[in-house]
Amino acid sequence: MENHKHRLNPGGIILYDSKKANAEGLGFDFMEIVKKFEGKPIMRNTAAIGALTGVLNIEWSVLEKVIMDAVEKDVDLNLKIAQHAYNRVENPSKSVPKLDQKPLPLVSGNEAIALGAVKAGLNMYIAYPMTPASAILHYLAAHENELGVVTVHPESEIGVALMALGAAYAGARTMVGTSGGGFALMTEALSLAGQGELPMVIVEAQRPGPSTGVPTYTMQGDLAFVVHAGHGEILRVVLAPGDADEAFYTAGMAMNLAWKFQIPTLVLTDKHLSESIFSFEADLDKVKPEQPFLWNNQGEYKRYIDTQNGISPLAFPGNSSAIIKATSYEHDEYGIATEEPEMIEQMQRKRLRKRKALEDELEKYETVKVYGNPDSKTALLCWGSTKGACIEVAEALDLKVVQPLILEPLPVEALKNALSGVDKIIDVEVNVTGQLAKLISGHGFCIDDMILRFDARPFTVDILLDNVKEVLS
Amino acid sequence: MTTIKELGTYAQNTWCPGCGNFGILASIKKALADLEDDGLDLNKVAIVSGIGCHAKIVDYVNVNTFYSIHGRVPPPMTGIKLANPELTVIGHAGDGDAYGEGIEHLIFSAKRNLDMTFIVHNNRVYGLTTGQFTPTSPSGFKGRSTPKGSPEEPLNPIELMLTSGATFVARGYTRNMEHLQFLIKAAINHKGFSFIDVLQPCFTFFNTYDYYNERVYEFIQLNHDVSDRKAAFVKAGEWAYGEGEKIPIGIFYQVKKPTYEEKLLGGRIPVQLTPGNIRPVLEKHI
Ligand SMILES: Cc1ncc(C[n+]2csc(CCOP(=O)(O)OP(=O)(O)O)c2C)c(N)n1
Ligand code: SF4
Ligand SMILES: [Mg+2]
Repeated sequence: MENHKHRLNPGGIILYDSKKANAEGLGFDFMEIVKKFEGKPIMRNTAAIGALTGVLNIEWSVLEKVIMDAVEKDVDLNLKIAQHAYNRVENPSKSVPKLDQKPLPLVSGNEAIALGAVKAGLNMYIAYPMTPASAILHYLAAHENELGVVTVHPESEIGVALMALGAAYAGARTMVGTSGGGFALMTEALSLAGQGELPMVIVEAQRPGPSTGVPTYTMQGDLAFVVHAGHGEILRVVLAPGDADEAFYTAGMAMNLAWKFQIPTLVLTDKHLSESIFSFEADLDKVKPEQPFLWNNQGEYKRYIDTQNGISPLAFPGNSSAIIKATSYEHDEYGIATEEPEMIEQMQRKRLRKRKALEDELEKYETVKVYGNPDSKTALLCWGSTKGACIEVAEALDLKVVQPLILEPLPVEALKNALSGVDKIIDVEVNVTGQLAKLISGHGFCIDDMILRFDARPFTVDILLDNVKEVLS
Repeated sequence: MTTIKELGTYAQNTWCPGCGNFGILASIKKALADLEDDGLDLNKVAIVSGIGCHAKIVDYVNVNTFYSIHGRVPPPMTGIKLANPELTVIGHAGDGDAYGEGIEHLIFSAKRNLDMTFIVHNNRVYGLTTGQFTPTSPSGFKGRSTPKGSPEEPLNPIELMLTSGATFVARGYTRNMEHLQFLIKAAINHKGFSFIDVLQPCFTFFNTYDYYNERVYEFIQLNHDVSDRKAAFVKAGEWAYGEGEKIPIGIFYQVKKPTYEEKLLGGRIPVQLTPGNIRPVLEKHI
């Protein structure tokens, strides 16, 4: 009670268990209600929900349906307890207006990523359990047949990442998912994906580090890591969705870009996004499997043939007119290891030349999002799951919000446009050092203030509002 | 029909003269050519290698190949096989590669029993990095990292694979080429995880030719029931990769069990799957 009392809004009500706590507000002895019906102690939760529904003046039939849908055991008993607590509320003081719209699907960030990848043609999902990414594996495994996906749980993240590269070599659209520690183990494979030009989609769901950190809480501490991970110089894409709709779109983008450019792509999420539930409104038709550059089966096949945009046509084992040699070594066009200086230089250039075509492709997408008052001279700069709180604060204070969806390659022009006319940039991140601020200041952007939270909790609107007001005063 | 010559590439061979790897290269090419005569489609073959002298073999064989990284031969093999179970997947690994850097992958491949063939070029030394001890070097081995002699006992990979669940476990020797070809063909034809530890002398850093020539014998003809796991362990115990009178080569163990891909995929072929409709799944979220 002491921890949270100060966050009570004017007119707010504390609903509490009178046997456990003491407060000003509405106290109920939930255990007594449960005992009356000979229920189990855990059913105090049901009683509390019943009382809350009563306080909020929501129709009983709504809660009745929710309990019937959600509760599996002792449904009748739960209903009785809830209804008793509901009826005990004498003066319902709050009223929640009913929205006049069709109910939307409730989807978590992780589920949206899974669905977006499926929509873009996912064949295989390979992962080793790690919070907060595990739910992607669980969800896809539970819906394997309906979604047409094969899921695999191997021995380690090293195994996961290398299996994914083998599967991609064989032609399967594959995705892997993990958190920071697992991604650390995947970095040798990331580098191989770069050298071997093997499509690879990685979901990195952040949690507070360093190391095991606070495994079931949230943080945005891995931005610099994923942007730079892997030895050697690698072309990659890093996407940072901020809600379930964006998670859906960016997962699809990650899959299509990985295959079109034969590169690793990353979807960077965090516990707050991955495990929060959203009303899902994405336009499903916006994501579909896009064709990579496939070989036309004419002449002799060279896996790494040098081309104008650097992209070599793909063929897969089993093709009767191609021999496909993929390799971790520097190599010639055919895929045989080389130490020749001219060839080394040519291949390094070829791989990185794909960046131009990639940047052209990215122009098709919305790479930087703007919310709030577009004419405000003050902008909150944020990325990923922090966007939600930023938007609400900006709306309250009439500010602008700028959220890059793509962090690598950084959409510098789009960011410049979004920030033009702004004379104060306040960077808002859930990490200790302000990693986005650092990343973009290397491109000439000047950050005026930083609001950083790193107690493993996401920003809530009330706290961020106070922080922003303080910075502005 | 593909000739042995056509199974080669233009890559310049950089193995030392006298290297045991030449025997394995000749054997895999001959085995592939023979299997093609029996109906194997060479376009459906994919070979994976690690990093080390052994691994260069992928540059010397003109079929689909995936030149992986040190210790990571089984995971790409597994990914390839699961993505397209119609492919014939073969791995070439070094002893440092298979029994050191990536031993967990090897154990799991055997445990899962994927239908793949795994060939270890066991020279009992790190060849490429110029002569350090490996998990199968004899105790006391004086390598460049152990000038006072290796303080570790060697691992017996035959026993390890028997324990881990491999359904085909064999040992070969590069000097007994016909026998090695026979083993490789039998391994590829075996439906399940096939493992061959090939004694491959490193001419430069651990020349074991004389040692093996005196001790190696083929037990294929002798009384050995390959389906008898106990007998396999007894046979495997005849030589523990240290001192020893006799070194048996041949098939220690072979049994038939359902494969991982049969169980996991249930007939599905991921590279041919079309994505499912997400709308009915989303309906359940309302
Ligand atoms: C992660 C990693 N660690 C170390 C190396 C250096 N390295 C290359 S080959 C090798 C050992 C090779 O020994 P083995 O696998 O027995 O192959 P051989 O050369 O004997 O055929 C090592 C340690 C590497 N390439 N990658
Ligand atoms: S170092 Fe040994 S294993 Fe490597 S090529 Fe030379 S002889 Fe063969
Ligand atoms: Mg070796």
